[in-house]
Amino acid sequence: MRLIIRQDPESVAYYTANYIKQRILEFNPTAERPFVLGLPTGSSPITVYRHLVEFNRKKEISFQHVVTFNMDEYVGLPRDHPESYHSFMFNHLFKHIDINPKNIHILNGCAEELDKECTRYEEEIKKVGGIELFLGGIGPDGHIAFNEPGSSMNSRTRVKTLAYETVLANARFFGGDVNKVPKLALTVGVGTVMDAREVIVIITGAHKAIALNKCIEEGVNHMWTVSAIQMHPSAMIVCDEDATLELHVKTVRYFKSIEQVQEQLIGRDNIGLKGSISSLSKMNQDNNPHYNYSIQ
Amino acid sequence: MDILTDPVLLKDKLIKFYNCRILRDHELKEDYLYVCNGKIQNPMECFWDSNKNADILVDCEGGIISPGYIDIQLNGSYGYDFSSDPEIIEESVKNVSMAQLLLGVTSYCPTIVSSNKEVYHKVLPHLGPRAGSIHDGAEVLGAHVEGPFINIQKKGAHDERVIADAKGGIDVLYERYGRENLKKYVSVITVAPDVEGIMDCIEPLIEETGVTVSQGHSLANVKQAEDAFKRGCNLVTHLFNAMTTFHQRDPGIVGLLGTSKNNSFYYGIICDGIHVYPNSVKIAYYAHPSGAVLVTDAMSAQCLDNGEYNLGEMDAEVRDGSVYLVGTHTIAGSVAVMTNCVKNFIEFTGATKVEALEAATLHPAKALKIDNRKGTLNFGADADILILDDDLNIKRIFISGVEATPDNVKFSPRFSPKRNRSPVHIE
Repeated sequence: MRLIIRQDPESVAYYTANYIKQRILEFNPTAERPFVLGLPTGSSPITVYRHLVEFNRKKEISFQHVVTFNMDEYVGLPRDHPESYHSFMFNHLFKHIDINPKNIHILNGCAEELDKECTRYEEEIKKVGGIELFLGGIGPDGHIAFNEPGSSMNSRTRVKTLAYETVLANARFFGGDVNKVPKLALTVGVGTVMDAREVIVIITGAHKAIALNKCIEEGVNHMWTVSAIQMHPSAMIVCDEDATLELHVKTVRYFKSIEQVQEQLIGRDNIGLKGSISSLSKMNQDNNPHYNYSIQ
Repeated sequence: MDILTDPVLLKDKLIKFYNCRILRDHELKEDYLYVCNGKIQNPMECFWDSNKNADILVDCEGGIISPGYIDIQLNGSYGYDFSSDPEIIEESVKNVSMAQLLLGVTSYCPTIVSSNKEVYHKVLPHLGPRAGSIHDGAEVLGAHVEGPFINIQKKGAHDERVIADAKGGIDVLYERYGRENLKKYVSVITVAPDVEGIMDCIEPLIEETGVTVSQGHSLANVKQAEDAFKRGCNLVTHLFNAMTTFHQRDPGIVGLLGTSKNNSFYYGIICDGIHVYPNSVKIAYYAHPSGAVLVTDAMSAQCLDNGEYNLGEMDAEVRDGSVYLVGTHTIAGSVAVMTNCVKNFIEFTGATKVEALEAATLHPAKALKIDNRKGTLNFGADADILILDDDLNIKRIFISGVEATPDNVKFSPRFSPKRNRSPVHIE
């Protein structure tokens, strides 16, 4: 696992968006061989999406051959409801970019038979050959998608009852009325996310510092579902300084030094995107001010 | 040919306007506007249900997208007059519709001044609702019949010989206009509630014919005006002009501005700076901003140069941006164009762009109860839209989702001023 530490949430978002851009460019997707991207909702990804939109607007990347799968959707909330994840994705990403609507997959929370909808979703993922890169956020309790504490680490796409705290937290999006917040959601499982060939998790803010600590410094634990990332062969966490507050100084220094060594001793040109040194693929560098991060 | 100007090529194509601010929900929002087959689309429906992303992208260059202007009081334009030339009425409608479209007025009510029965019966069937397009020009919303049941002392430029009362009840109105004509072709009727018999006609008239009844050309006192309003007369014809002058103990029709429950009350106002002194416009705006309806009340000389012209059966003269009855100082309509009225409204009142644009779009649509499809950019509304710059100059015009330009919208100005002058465009 790689841990990338950036100064603030804005830099985290830029790093992440730029990384996704480079991955898509390197992948060079075609209609026959599309890039399959897993996507989250939530506050952290908004800025990532804003950068992706900007890259697309400047024609630096195209989404024409990108296939997307979203993590989750509320049950029973109409698709066009402003708080539905369909609306979220449409308003923050899809309506701004050149993506083909047919390539988009979001769970249908209004499906007649919810179980079938979940099975169908897993099959859709299989049909396109699995997910190349799954981007995720994390809750303060360490959950990924709606896989809240206690979710099976092998879980697949399914119906979930939302934790009371999540319902309370979401009430602000429904006029402060807890009764209007959906209590069920469809969500991909921890296993579904971990099946992706690469997983990136964004973690920002002091309120998520404990979650970061639990997920990477302690053992794999279903009470902190993102900790499953420890078992993933190609995973990366991108966090800001605030999110590292509960980490050991040693841990922070370690991960920063790795980045520094790679940059200064080996050279960026000689490192693959995913951090492999055998690959000589070159990263397209631009004048990103956030990229030149030095250890303080 | 540019695909945007060709309705055949545009069929089933989803147009996405970007780089723009959209007038929606009383604010200018940065967003996209989606149009397909002449209607404004719900982008989420296009996206999820029809799997359609945009087929055509239109860069609005940072401009404002507004619904097309609506003029509910227009007597004529470019030498054509709806009242005085029954013989060529079809030609008049056709040409005026085209001309209005290029002025950004995408729908309007052709207006007839007080006339005799023969004129109404001949002309009204040509002024009924007809859809707008680049082939037919601006949409005709139905006629506005101004008079003849008005107060003779407030006749303005109307011919007093045809002015009438309604002593005989509603049948007198039906007799004059033709009952079927009212149902099929008329959208607005201007009456004076103080004219004998009119007050009792208001309710049955609205109920039977569905027209919008407007009060004007009247000496009604404030009680009569409020009574008429309660009976369903939700509109006032060119506020301040041809009505009782404001007096503190009897403000007359103008007093409706101060009626406490005036949410559904609208007033036409001529914002050319001549018919109504700018301060008066400001007073009206401050009293009831959501009721302002900009009207041009323009006559045949709109967009023509100085000279003498016909208005009804009278002779009028355009002199330095105003129209007078020949040899008098009586104002006989106007030569205003809507785009200037909108700009003037902001200048006179300090209103926001949103308020000024809504006074030319949403408010008239609401007054006529057609705001489900006109005067709005809500999903499902007709795609009659203007792209404006920040000074509210019109950059591009679309009707039913098709771009209108001088190349695909042609018309011939009629006229011949008596004194040998040629028509010119007003910028």
